[in-house]
Amino acid sequence: MLRNSPPGTADIGALERKATQLRRHMLTMARGQGQGYIGQGLGIADALAALYFHELRYDPHNLAWPERDRFLLSTGHYSIALWAALAEAGIIPVEELVTYGADNSRLEMSTLDTTPGVEMIGGSLGHGLGQGVGQALGLRVDRSDARVFVELSDGEMQEGSTWEAAMSASHFKLDGLVALIDCNGIQADGPVVLDMEPVADKWRAFGWETSEIDGNDMTAVVSALADARNRNGKPKAIVLRTLPGKGVPRIESSEKSHFFRIDVAQWDGIIAEFENSAGAGQ
Amino acid sequence: MEAGRTLAMGQDEAGGGDRQSVEAPFGRALARLGQSHPDIVGLTADLGKYTDILPFRDAFPDRFFNVGMAEQNLVAVAAGLARTGKVPFATTYGVFATRRAYDFVAIALAHSNLNVKIVAGLPGLTTGYGGTHQAIEDLALMRMIPGLTIIDPCDATEIEAATEAIAEHRGPVYMRLLRGSVPVVFEPGYRFEIGKARRLRDGSDVGIISTGFMTERALDAADALRKQGISAGVLHVPTIKPFDAEAVTEFAADAGHIVTAENHVVVGGLASLVVETLFDAGIAKKVTRIGLPDRYIECGAVPTLQAKYGLTTDAVIATITGLS
Repeated sequence: MLRNSPPGTADIGALERKATQLRRHMLTMARGQGQGYIGQGLGIADALAALYFHELRYDPHNLAWPERDRFLLSTGHYSIALWAALAEAGIIPVEELVTYGADNSRLEMSTLDTTPGVEMIGGSLGHGLGQGVGQALGLRVDRSDARVFVELSDGEMQEGSTWEAAMSASHFKLDGLVALIDCNGIQADGPVVLDMEPVADKWRAFGWETSEIDGNDMTAVVSALADARNRNGKPKAIVLRTLPGKGVPRIESSEKSHFFRIDVAQWDGIIAEFENSAGAGQ
Repeated sequence: MEAGRTLAMGQDEAGGGDRQSVEAPFGRALARLGQSHPDIVGLTADLGKYTDILPFRDAFPDRFFNVGMAEQNLVAVAAGLARTGKVPFATTYGVFATRRAYDFVAIALAHSNLNVKIVAGLPGLTTGYGGTHQAIEDLALMRMIPGLTIIDPCDATEIEAATEAIAEHRGPVYMRLLRGSVPVVFEPGYRFEIGKARRLRDGSDVGIISTGFMTERALDAADALRKQGISAGVLHVPTIKPFDAEAVTEFAADAGHIVTAENHVVVGGLASLVVETLFDAGIAKKVTRIGLPDRYIECGAVPTLQAKYGLTTDAVIATITGLS
């Protein structure tokens, strides 16, 4: 059964509830290990909900369908969010999510492409956009109108290979390629260590049709994705300003949120905090 | 030649001598394969002219992508193309494919076992451009990557045969390229098979195990040595990985003294593989290693450098006659 083909009118409320459900899954996963890249996952949840339940054309029962839209998670350590989305999309069992990061689990803390629904190995940053360019070129050779969506991050823009890929995408006029740049302001050493601003201007200068939105505003995300459908000879960049830890005040305000580790006992408090916020929001 | 002018920028790097040669055997083979294999695509990083891939571009312009001077992106784009079912042949120089794009070869290609063929120019001492362009340690670097097939062809016949073989093989490949006017050493009937070594000469005194263009030198040396009463066998090992340990062990058992010959540093490449293989098999024989020293090489004319660093037929003969 095809999903989102063609994308219908967006039910913003339903997509927001999906995002909440993805966050709920992520907290369950992180609780199991007592740690994880939960801050990034909570921040990107809205974009993933909009993609998997509105914009991406795919068949959860035929993952190799050649005409599928591709989603490449370049920041492999955001896997916690991808596992939640794949489970909610019916690609991996929801019950499996609790194995996140455990020995012998397919749901690694950084993505491997052996898990169903994963289109590339993440982990070594700066790989995703170039691989997206290659997939978009391959689809063009096949005269397919399937599109390629690549998530990458603000810290990842420090990898030179990101810009090698950005140059080539506009040179090859890959208008079916959409980059979602998660600007959450953090990287391994803390707040972004090398100033990447002005982010949107950089992408425009590289020839990308670029929008800049609040990545935690579902209406804005859905609208930016709709604009990116335009096949006008230009690759599309959507700069997502996101809040790491979105939905859990204690994580939102934590300075440790690149990699979050607290006592297992405290996770119940975190989850209660999330459910209170989610209940208040909807 | 004008005084002071060297061959440092010459385009033909393999041997030469009296043998016939073929122009751009790789590019011709790839353009031919493109007809029967619609999934083959070509890529380069601003070195199309210098890696003999232009015959493919001219035949299939819609299936050829020049990504500019960006070797990480070259490999990443090739990986993406492979994910859509294409069979990418990506060319650059060996130094860039290895030193510059290593993480992409290891993770984007090999870790995912993607069907990408990297064809790498200027292997070993085939340019006088100096250490920046001489891929003297590429076999060692690439050998460490799990699942990567590595080929060092000897001549035009083998390059054409290997191009066909790697197109049919599913998985990532690193192949060294001899470009321009490439000598023909092997007869037209020569069979190349990935992972198989070929015994080209039998001999009891000395067994030469060689790869790449050093096999041409080894064959000529063996013929010359025979006239001097020295019986030298030659085992050609064009596939560095997977390594044909069985053939090497069998060949070594028949030889009094083993000599390895490679267009590469003598650490980490063929010599190391042979020593490891013999040690594992419990064969205790002397191994003399012909190859480049563990240091960067200067600029200069290729024939001058090859003579200086022992990659000529005369040097192979001298090494073997000097064995005690």
